[in-house]
Amino acid sequence: MVLECLGERTVAFGHRDRIVDPSRGYNPHLEMRMNALLPTCRAAGTVIITNMGAANPRAAAARTIEVARKLGFKGLKVACIEGDDVARAVPRDQPFMDEPGNLSDVDMPVVGMNAYLGSDAIVPALEAGADVVIGGRLADPSMFLAPLVHRFGWNGSDLQRLGAGTLVGHLMECGMQVTGGYFADPGMKDVDGLSRCGFPIAEVTEDGSAVITKLQTAGGCVNLATVKEQLLYEVHDPARYITPDVTADFSRVVVENAGADRVRVSNAGGSARPDSLKVTVGFDGGFQGEAGVSYAGPAAVERGRLAVEIVGHRIYKLLGGQPDLRFSLIGVNSLFTNAGTYPAETEDVRLHVAMRSRRREEVEVLLWEVESLLCCGPAGGGGFRGVIAPCVMTKSVLIERDLVRPTVEILMA
Amino acid sequence: MNASSRNARRIVRDIAHARAGDKGNTSNVSVWVYDPADFELLKKTLTSERIKRAFPHLIRGEVTRYELEHLHGLNFVMREALEGGVNRSLNLDSHGKSWSYLLLGLPVDEGP
Repeated sequence: MVLECLGERTVAFGHRDRIVDPSRGYNPHLEMRMNALLPTCRAAGTVIITNMGAANPRAAAARTIEVARKLGFKGLKVACIEGDDVARAVPRDQPFMDEPGNLSDVDMPVVGMNAYLGSDAIVPALEAGADVVIGGRLADPSMFLAPLVHRFGWNGSDLQRLGAGTLVGHLMECGMQVTGGYFADPGMKDVDGLSRCGFPIAEVTEDGSAVITKLQTAGGCVNLATVKEQLLYEVHDPARYITPDVTADFSRVVVENAGADRVRVSNAGGSARPDSLKVTVGFDGGFQGEAGVSYAGPAAVERGRLAVEIVGHRIYKLLGGQPDLRFSLIGVNSLFTNAGTYPAETEDVRLHVAMRSRRREEVEVLLWEVESLLCCGPAGGGGFRGVIAPCVMTKSVLIERDLVRPTVEILMA
Repeated sequence: MNASSRNARRIVRDIAHARAGDKGNTSNVSVWVYDPADFELLKKTLTSERIKRAFPHLIRGEVTRYELEHLHGLNFVMREALEGGVNRSLNLDSHGKSWSYLLLGLPVDEGP
């Protein structure tokens, strides 16, 4: 059972949490999920592998031990994987991985730096007989590859199998995105039971080919289209999908029906893994504020546009300079902005203003000015809401693989 | 509605499905035809140049097309296409998750 729970920026948010409170920084759903899963997994002998440790795997492991003790699971073994935190090993002027410049160009405080760990960091935990494996920045597909390497005894030089296992991981890592979640388009791609969509199951054979399926009792669907969409999700060159374990080749993958809600995938390839590991560097990005007011009925769009003008004048007057600010009218141009030519026939629009600043007080000014539209703005505006949330920024750099030393510690409930 | 007037109005969504993903300021959208017989039409309709030309303000960088012939799919990698990406963009959809429908909304090239 693999729980992949980290995005690029989630670790940075975890570091922010950890800096405020050293006992936090791991996934806030950890306790709830362990309470839900440990009894069944304990009874079935199912190992849980997760990166819910985020920026604080040690605290997450300790919390899991507490949950296990409360459930009476004495002797449950929790492996804590560390070593992804490489803040002390990365030079302050390390060049960016995929853009010009280096870390010293960023005028924001660093909150943490985490290297993507591969299956070789996870396998030792499985060899030690862990019931639960918790890490931080474990690479998404590596968490699925590790148990395959462990169970089948795949050799680190068997690049074809590592590529095949990475394909399985890539298809599984977004959970329900391969079982019909994030897929439905009424009339074109209908999905039954989406409100009770099931998690994917991969039945993997020793040669690395696999059937992707789900429980029959769960909603959702697994078909050629759901698998193909996920095959290239966040993939650039299909022949070169780089992970810490292997450079996987998805360009010749065979995808075929193998029964109801069963799709077989095979023929993934692999070439050598990279010599360096990707590191996500998180920065404290200050605060982001969002505020909105709605207009409906005749001339709603015109009134919304007037609201944009008014708030714009007020903010530039009050804050001066070049505030990091964006206006949109939901119903007219909020997502595709000016990219399309969409007729503004709607009579139900919402002004949406977003702003980012290092100073919370500036963002508070934005919220107040948008709320003020209700007494000094266009007629008929309503439904003001405003929120301010902490913000992070991330950059990617590379680190020599040899400088990253993952560790495993076993804790016992 | 006769076939020719319906065809005249066909959009990519009528023949294909898509999913968008992001990495930094780069968006990728994979597009897959429902019927393999439409794959040549999709390839003719969705060229890198066409996409770049259709959204000049949104997609500012290079557009690269990868073809998966045997699966009847195209993968478009669009650089500088996310207003700075999730770290910088103040777009409500800073990941460009909705970009799949940007491409699915383009008219199918039915010309000779």
